Amino acid sequence: MATSFYQNDFQESTEEFNPQLEKREKIGKIFEILFLIGLSIGLLVLAILVFDVFKDGLGRLLTPGFLTENPSRFDDKGGIRPAIFGSVLLGLLVMLVAVPIGVGAALYLEEYAPKAWWTDIIEINIANLAGVPSIVYGLLGLGVFYYLLGFGPSLITGALTLSLLSLPIIIVTAREAIRAVPNSLREASYGLGTTKWQTVWNHVLPYAIPGILTGVILSVSRAIGDAASLLVIGAVSFLTFNPGLFQRFMALPIQIYSYISRPEPGFANAAAATIIVLLFVVLVLNGVAIYLRNRFSLLK
Amino acid sequence: MQNTNSRNDFNWEDRRSLEKKAGDDIQDKIIAVILFCCALVSVLTTFGIVFIIFRVTFEFFQEVSFAQFFLDTQWTPLFAEKHFGIWPLLNGTLLTTTIAMLVAIPLGLSAAIYLSEYASPKVAAILRPAVELLAGVPTVVFGYFALLFVTPVLRNFLPLEVFNALSAGLMTGIMVMPTVSSISLDALQSVPRSLREGAYAMGVTKLEVITKVIFPAALSGIAASIILGISRAVGETMIVVIAAGQQPRLSLNPFQTVETMTAYMAQISGGDSPRGSLNYKTLYAVGAVLFLITLTLNIVSHQIASRYKEKS
Repeated sequence: MATSFYQNDFQESTEEFNPQLEKREKIGKIFEILFLIGLSIGLLVLAILVFDVFKDGLGRLLTPGFLTENPSRFDDKGGIRPAIFGSVLLGLLVMLVAVPIGVGAALYLEEYAPKAWWTDIIEINIANLAGVPSIVYGLLGLGVFYYLLGFGPSLITGALTLSLLSLPIIIVTAREAIRAVPNSLREASYGLGTTKWQTVWNHVLPYAIPGILTGVILSVSRAIGDAASLLVIGAVSFLTFNPGLFQRFMALPIQIYSYISRPEPGFANAAAATIIVLLFVVLVLNGVAIYLRNRFSLLK
Repeated sequence: MQNTNSRNDFNWEDRRSLEKKAGDDIQDKIIAVILFCCALVSVLTTFGIVFIIFRVTFEFFQEVSFAQFFLDTQWTPLFAEKHFGIWPLLNGTLLTTTIAMLVAIPLGLSAAIYLSEYASPKVAAILRPAVELLAGVPTVVFGYFALLFVTPVLRNFLPLEVFNALSAGLMTGIMVMPTVSSISLDALQSVPRSLREGAYAMGVTKLEVITKVIFPAALSGIAASIILGISRAVGETMIVVIAAGQQPRLSLNPFQTVETMTAYMAQISGGDSPRGSLNYKTLYAVGAVLFLITLTLNIVSHQIASRYKEKS
């Protein structure tokens, strides 16, 4: 009797089926907690790092003159003024050089570029440049700006190297911002008989500015925090003056590195104090960029 | 030329017939050329990198043979008795990168899964930027922390040398974590809703939906994030130069001092080695190896990611 045979089989399997839902939910709960722990570890490390740096460096930071004096050979004297000055100048120069080029490139790729094999190559190329390690940009800077153009280990060499380093981030974020501008805006503008550039300049760009700004802030913050590329072009130096454009220079990350490399324990505190300054600048810039991006993406 | 249906693609040629100020067209063309030049800068950058690096590397290989570079097991270009075997540097890089990924993969994926699947929108709105903030920390700061906090703490339990691969690797892992988590998060979130709902309809638990349905569906995006993370860890300089030391050796012991490719480059550079000297050339030869490795990883990651984007 074939039918009863199947029936038996079916009943057996239903008897065996035991969902054990409680146990499975319990395992699920355990993993949820594990995932949360995994997420928290990174944040916990950041918190411990900030706490540790403040513990080591706050006293030194509050010594009179730390922000306004020149560095000293003695670990408990002197300050980081040339480094602050250098980092501010580097940040400004990067903005001056990288932002127009980056936004220009983004505008070209989004608004002007035809669909062709070579525009694809430019796009792939930019994606790859974003992944090139910063020390390799240092080699480029050393080869081109230091030796080929003869700028030597100067502020301008550093600024141009950091500009090239920041360019891919600016281009990628600016393109996203420009792409998010609704087409109806462009059509309305064209409908009034404007030229392409008038449309781009008066309507597309103003609309895309919050998004572009996000990329600019992120990239400048990355440039200010970057040390590897500056290390290659020989930025480690000991300055007792505010640097000029074509002179040797210091920057905050390089100052930190040079403090860490010295044996006297007091320099570790000076490094921590400098880190507080750098972290403050970089994290505030990042925070502003993230805030801007979140607001901007809500608008979309 | 009549184009009645130009709602979505405005036909630029159409408005040439309209009256306009003289010079508008020329100005427009000039601006297009200027913008094109801006885009060209990125291409020139790549050419610059390739040209500069490989020209000097070529000079390097005229003085040092391929066999000396790829077969020798010692790296002592600064000593009287010079050896140019790249393997000890690759070994150091491999060691710190492996440790870094052992940290970054579980942490990054946990963060991505929690933010994508468990966290309420309110919680995610706070935690996601917090993780992204981690990506903004300059790596010299992580280096300081590795050398002056992590190593002393670990030395209470482990026989660590002052400079060691372990602390440097751990902090590099924390540095890489946001890269892994943010790209994985995008991949997880782009898994179609219908797939989740279909899975829940089968009466399985949330964890089972995640591990058996969502995770496999997002696997290519996750793989791309991990490969990109590896590339970041390989190219990281400041953490390893500060915390891992400068002693090239062939050893997989994470408690020892090692030297990575990037740490060697940082050590030799600084404009101290005069142009044309052999030291100067080793800098570029090691840089070429580093560039090729990271470029390969980036292309593979990009390839996987774009294939996965086409599918969804």
